[in-house]
Amino acid sequence: MSKEYETVIGLEVHVELATKTKIFCGCSTAFGGSPNSHTCPVCTGMPGSLPVLNKKVLEYAVAVGLAANCRITRYCKFDRKNYFYPDNPQNYQISQLYLPICTDGWVEIETPEGQKKIGIHEIHMEEDAGKLIHDEWEDRTLVDYNRSGVPLIEIVSEPDMRSADEVISYLEKLRLIIQYLGASDCKLQEGSMRADVNLSVREKGETAFGTRTEMKNLNSFRAIARAIEGEKNRQIDLLESGEKVVQETRRWDDAKETSYPMRSKEDAQDYRYFPDPDLVPVSISDAFLEEIRAKQPELRTEKMKRYREEYDIPEYDIEIITGSKHMADIFEATVSLGAQPKKVSNWLMGETLRLLKEKEMDPEEIRFSPEHLAGLIALTEEKAVNSTVAKEVFGVMFEEDIDPQRYVEEKGLKTVSDEGALRRTVEEVIAANPQSVQDYRNGKEKAIGFLVGQTMKAMKGKADPGSVNRLLKELL
Amino acid sequence: MAHTITDETIDYVAILAKLELSDAEREQAKKDMGRMLDYIDKLNELDTLSVEPMSHVFPVQNVFREDEVTNGDGSADTLKNAPEEKDSMFAVPRTFD
Ligand SMILES: [Zn+2]
Repeated sequence: MSKEYETVIGLEVHVELATKTKIFCGCSTAFGGSPNSHTCPVCTGMPGSLPVLNKKVLEYAVAVGLAANCRITRYCKFDRKNYFYPDNPQNYQISQLYLPICTDGWVEIETPEGQKKIGIHEIHMEEDAGKLIHDEWEDRTLVDYNRSGVPLIEIVSEPDMRSADEVISYLEKLRLIIQYLGASDCKLQEGSMRADVNLSVREKGETAFGTRTEMKNLNSFRAIARAIEGEKNRQIDLLESGEKVVQETRRWDDAKETSYPMRSKEDAQDYRYFPDPDLVPVSISDAFLEEIRAKQPELRTEKMKRYREEYDIPEYDIEIITGSKHMADIFEATVSLGAQPKKVSNWLMGETLRLLKEKEMDPEEIRFSPEHLAGLIALTEEKAVNSTVAKEVFGVMFEEDIDPQRYVEEKGLKTVSDEGALRRTVEEVIAANPQSVQDYRNGKEKAIGFLVGQTMKAMKGKADPGSVNRLLKELL
Repeated sequence: MAHTITDETIDYVAILAKLELSDAEREQAKKDMGRMLDYIDKLNELDTLSVEPMSHVFPVQNVFREDEVTNGDGSADTLKNAPEEKDSMFAVPRTFD
């Protein structure tokens, strides 16, 4: 490659909001309903039905906008985006084109060159479409409208990103903000967060944009990174061989690590937007805005700052723990139950992360309760269990959220605190291992380790290693 | 008639509207659409510079519903609209994207 190129990337991120009902009707948004059970005349576009905006959708959209430093549009409305496709029973999607709820925001990401602001062009509210399933047997399509009308916000960034790393940082930032707000769980794999990548390349130093393509079907951070790399190279190859990049929508096939154009020219995207006459405009008062502002929870940056001041735990721990809203909630709840912050942090940073990695789980999927973690920490504090037993109990707790106190009681895992019983066992071990005793007395310090091990074994692990050590030294 | 709708335009609109027109219907549609655009020209003669764009006919705003589930299983009624049904889903000609 003779020339140097720069990649210019903008993102369209769709986030499914965590409301109980759809955006314009009282149908449930719960997953797992039988096909078409969560439908009504509104979300299936029956003529004469009347959509009414779910207030919670507006609240979430404004909350995300405020957290992303946006200007909130004080008078906004909904528009119809017209297209025919079987996933869309109305033949139009209700969205916002002319007056989106939020505009002109930004979020900050970390890059190797320092902090960088990524502009947010706009955030708008819209509805999701139904789900299409391919019927292999009869080579036709089956449609389930349970997702039709589920509320979405679409967050449109400025073309401010220059690499896959920046895109991932931006997405992680958005995901954290939205999770902290409780507006969505933002799971890429499950589709509650979806990102379309707009990408073009240009020669370094050039200020005009190249022709861009839009990439869809990106279901994981890894797929996004690979798709960006693939598309960048495809466009550079075209330019290098004197060809032109065609403006089009492409579908990424992650298994084949390649993309192909999605729509033909005959399916021109001519959406003929117009204001939805069934929905009345939304006017946002100062009072409403204040109410949302007052309800904004502590976001990550503030949380990190507070952790530094309140808890004596390392910066790295703070970063990891606050990197998941769920983990931060568990941390704080456990501490508020009286556990020492450093101890809680150790369990999260150590065993929890280890097991999450081993089981390929997300921190959001942690199931054990703060009560049980606090209970386990109390057991170790009282020296009722030693660290080996504690880890074993934690493993069960991680899987099934058992009550550690009851579990230890039932399984008889409590450390034997009866000094007399322990002393007798140590005496027996000393009597049974004359060689090690001799070695120790001859100055082989290490020999005591073997004797501790033998004692622990005789006690079935239920002894406090510190006490065993002390007694051995005393009796030797 | 000031506006003439070309064959190209009518074909394009037919694609967008997913309509197949006979030759006679096509000629009629071209005429009708031309007349509609003439009427728009008539409206455009009005000076609306100082008039706020209207997006709704009633002076109503902020009609909301609370986020509470009010609908039960609607599948029986919804599926009455399905031309064909399989496993409680609408069965339609194969689509691709
Ligand atoms: Zn509905």
